[in-house]
Amino acid sequence: MLIDWFTVIAQVINFLILVWLLKRFLYRPILDAIDAREKRIAAKIADAETKETEAQKQREEYQQKNEVFDQQRNAHMNEMQEAAKTERAQLLDAARQESEDLRGRLEQALRNEQQSLNEELGRRAREEVFAIARKVLSDLAGTSLEQRMTDIFLDSLHKLNKAQITELKSALKKSSDALRVRTAFQLSEKQSAAIETAVAEILGKQKPLEFIIVPDLVSGIEIISGGRKIAWSITDYLDSLANSVDDLLKNKTATEGAVAEKTAATTGQDVENNEH
Amino acid sequence: MNLSPDNIIYWQMGFFKLNATIVYTWGLMLVLVIGSKLITRNLSTEQQRSRWQNLLEIIVTGINQQIEEVGLKNPQKYLSFLGSLFLFVAMASLFTVVPGYEPPTGSLSTTTALAICVFIAVPMFGIEQSGVGGYLRSYLQPTVIMLPFNIVSEISRTLALAVRLFGNMMSGTMILAILLTITPFIFPIIMSALGLLTGMVQAYIFSILATVYIAAATRVRSTKPEGEAENKTESESK
Repeated sequence: MLIDWFTVIAQVINFLILVWLLKRFLYRPILDAIDAREKRIAAKIADAETKETEAQKQREEYQQKNEVFDQQRNAHMNEMQEAAKTERAQLLDAARQESEDLRGRLEQALRNEQQSLNEELGRRAREEVFAIARKVLSDLAGTSLEQRMTDIFLDSLHKLNKAQITELKSALKKSSDALRVRTAFQLSEKQSAAIETAVAEILGKQKPLEFIIVPDLVSGIEIISGGRKIAWSITDYLDSLANSVDDLLKNKTATEGAVAEKTAATTGQDVENNEH
Repeated sequence: MNLSPDNIIYWQMGFFKLNATIVYTWGLMLVLVIGSKLITRNLSTEQQRSRWQNLLEIIVTGINQQIEEVGLKNPQKYLSFLGSLFLFVAMASLFTVVPGYEPPTGSLSTTTALAICVFIAVPMFGIEQSGVGGYLRSYLQPTVIMLPFNIVSEISRTLALAVRLFGNMMSGTMILAILLTITPFIFPIIMSALGLLTGMVQAYIFSILATVYIAAATRVRSTKPEGEAENKTESESK
């Protein structure tokens, strides 16, 4: 008999023990290890997926933030540019206004100066003219300036044409006042009488003349009646003198400006030379 | 010349005895258990792991996969029994390369013991799966007339299991012994290599047959409703 029953029983027991031992030492640990590894890998993959989704979300968020930031920045830039433009325009306007004001003031000052100079010139010229005329007249003709003036005035009275005389007469009739003779100096008796006679000759019998001394009259004589006047003075000469002086002054200013510019240029050159 | 390692008796006391079959079985058990213990002592759950652990993982997952492919739904439940069958038979034939070694599977007592284990395990798993009634009803499939045939097949296949493994293992050892006496060079090596191959094939056949038997016993109940459902749909379509 090939089958030994004791061995059969022993082998059955042996095999059962082997099954138990292998289960304990081989299958369970190995399967557990595999399961643990799979679980770990699955966890890692899940973790990676979560991180990826998170990263994706964050990326989108940051992109959105960037866009918003860009927009804000652009808006701010535009605002700033606008503000700068406005500010610049305002500043330019203010500066222009200021420069214009300054120029106006300067011009005004220049004009004032010119005017006062003119006046001064006129005053001096008058005095000079009178002094010269007086001297010349007394030296050459032995007559005083006042006498000569009176003569010329009388001449002009005689030279009046008829229309002018008529006009004067009608003016005299309308006016109730006396005929006034204004002079810059004291007339002598003889001169007064001559004027009275001349007036009487031209205008007919009149009320006695009224003589008034006005120093500002610039050494002239004039007859005033109801808004009409017959006059002689050296104002005309003075006006022409003033005009010629004005021209002279203008020319001088222009020349001075040119000279100043030239000086500035030269100075600049000097500075450059010094730098070299 | 011994036909079976049972006949090599080291110690005997009445009914109890210690023959080569039992001793070599113990040896194999020690190698298997201590080897597993040594390797699984430092198991790694990381991506990196030792070569031995890799080997064991391949073996265990391979067996697991085989069981699943045969059709058992929850392979881990049967892994201990079927895996141990395969590993024991495979190791028994693998150690034939060691001179002086007598494979315990070359003894009809051992193969009978393993076949008896399968013979008991099949109804146990079947009953566990579908209950006593459910399992016993499987003997009446497809008709009551088949009952004696089912019982005969149950016994005969157990016998076949035992004798097939025994015949193969014993013949391998016998051929090797005979060849050694006739042509002591080269041929024994070739036969020994062939013996290793047949040993592996036998281990696979033994365990896969056991798996098929268990699958047949446990599948009865779970397939029945599906079949009925199929019949119903067929009749409806007609």
